[in-house]
Amino acid sequence: MSLRLPSALTPPGTVASGSGPEGAESQRSAWLNAVDRFGDYWMLGVFVVMVLVFGFLSPSHDLFTRASWLNISQYAVEFLLLAIGQTFVIITGGIDLSDGAVLGFTGMVAGVVMQGLLNAHTNVTLTTVAGFATALALGAFIGFVNGYLITRLKLPPFIVTLGTLTAIGAGATPLINGGNEVINLPSQIGTIGQTLIGGWIYVPVLVAAVSCVIMGLVLHRTRFGLRTYSIGSNGTGARRAGIKVDNHLVKIYTISGLLAGLAGMMVMANFTDASPLAGQNDELNAIAAVVIGGASLFGGRGHMLGTVVGTFIIALLVTGLVLIGVSGSWQEVATGVIVVAAVAGDQVRLRLAER
Amino acid sequence: MSLTSDGAPDSTAGDAGTPVIAVRGIAKHFGSIQALRSVDLDVHKGEVVGLIGDNGAGKSTLVNILSGALQPNAGTILLDGQPVTFASSLEARRAGIETVYQDLSLAPDLSVWENIFLGREKTVKGPLRYMGWLDRRAMVREAEADLDRTHIRIGSVNSLAGRLSGGQRQAIAVGRAVSWGSRVLLMDEPTAALGVEQQETVGELIRTVSSHGVPILLITHNLPQVHKLADRVAVLFHGHVVADLRCSEVTVDDMVSWITGAALGTERHAE
Repeated sequence: MSLRLPSALTPPGTVASGSGPEGAESQRSAWLNAVDRFGDYWMLGVFVVMVLVFGFLSPSHDLFTRASWLNISQYAVEFLLLAIGQTFVIITGGIDLSDGAVLGFTGMVAGVVMQGLLNAHTNVTLTTVAGFATALALGAFIGFVNGYLITRLKLPPFIVTLGTLTAIGAGATPLINGGNEVINLPSQIGTIGQTLIGGWIYVPVLVAAVSCVIMGLVLHRTRFGLRTYSIGSNGTGARRAGIKVDNHLVKIYTISGLLAGLAGMMVMANFTDASPLAGQNDELNAIAAVVIGGASLFGGRGHMLGTVVGTFIIALLVTGLVLIGVSGSWQEVATGVIVVAAVAGDQVRLRLAER
Repeated sequence: MSLTSDGAPDSTAGDAGTPVIAVRGIAKHFGSIQALRSVDLDVHKGEVVGLIGDNGAGKSTLVNILSGALQPNAGTILLDGQPVTFASSLEARRAGIETVYQDLSLAPDLSVWENIFLGREKTVKGPLRYMGWLDRRAMVREAEADLDRTHIRIGSVNSLAGRLSGGQRQAIAVGRAVSWGSRVLLMDEPTAALGVEQQETVGELIRTVSSHGVPILLITHNLPQVHKLADRVAVLFHGHVVADLRCSEVTVDDMVSWITGAALGTERHAE
């Protein structure tokens, strides 16, 4: 079997995918479908096992408390928002390494804008709205630039978004506000982060959940979603079917940037400040969440429910390990192991299909 | 110097009327390489025409021109007698020229019905259509009907295309192509990747489609098969159609000698 490289490492349009099994007997298709289905949902089982293990190992079963849920769900918000966009990107066979950096950058710019408006005695609500508009527009714009470079210059998504990550994360963000946190923000920002709905759901959690449902429906129930899968599954075929592949990819990277901007605002609401450190390395957790959730880095496969489960597995690892008294560094180790296991599982499935 | 046997098709043209698709004087060069010099070809309603020729004879260039992927430097394409030009493969498809590519162009991770409707998805009525909300039920129903017409059983249209056998996938690709009311079907090496039994299946598929009146232009290396399936074969040699042969009147060996140019030498002397 020849080595296949994920298309995120190759420019769009050069996707040289072996189109799967040749002459597979139809009897096998039944159990192969079962393998597919198992491959899609085994992480749900892992999640349940993790909940039980951490739950019963934690002193006085702390995991099953409201405080623990609030903690985990609040922590999951930023990864979930990034992972939603990442799900679309990875299904097309691409990757977006820049979304964590975009999160930090848009948060800082919005913070500075709002600080400036407050200093000029602008209405507080108007200032908050301007902050959101700035972060969303800026995020979308950066995503658009990513998509434009990837499709028009035929550059690999890995390289383009790595460039954006470096230029924005390491370069531009520390230049804003002298590299200091922006703490003079409208009070509404803090209110958004601290308001609990029904005692169980923080507003940012609701925002992430609604985004997730909407984008999940777009992915699984609309023409846009179907075409997203088709591009990752067979890019040439999608072009021949009359799909404007390049435009579609630009839209997807724009959405990813937009959601990173939204995540920037939610992180800001959470901490009631804009930090230049926000979002650092978040892209890795977002990618891990999507891959754990059953998406293939080769494109064509993945689903929103899997991404949600993947995100909560990561959030649970952090909180759960702390609860049972294990150092936070082990969380990174565990995430790494699970990601490798998920990718290995994907490879095994591919090999089974090609045999 | 037209080397097509103009006499023979003319006699049948009376029966079949205007050719569904006709090319006249098509030429295409890539830099200094002349891939097609002046190609003339007619395909009539319900006909299966084989396009044969050695590697480099210009087969794929001609297919790419007909399917809109390439634009000719000279010559015209006539569809039902009307001159047409295609700036893209999408325009060719809109005009009714469907191509079944050698690689089938299927997305292995999409279901059968999703593959069939890709690029021409049906959306629901009502406000959700502005979101591009798919009418899955209607597409599943129509996909089943389309595949019934190809007489190939593939189980559920919800199966993933990548999980089907080569013959089944070929059937989906053909079913998809003919489901759009296509006027002519181009098939590029339809059996290259298939076993003997599946080649038979595809042969039946071709007969079924042509019996519905849709003409097929079959591009292939498989001479025994084209001899069995096609009504006529057009032989491309150095960018010309050098022979237009009725399969009932020639043997596979005759075809070989036309492809290699051996027959051409004698024919020229005879002329």
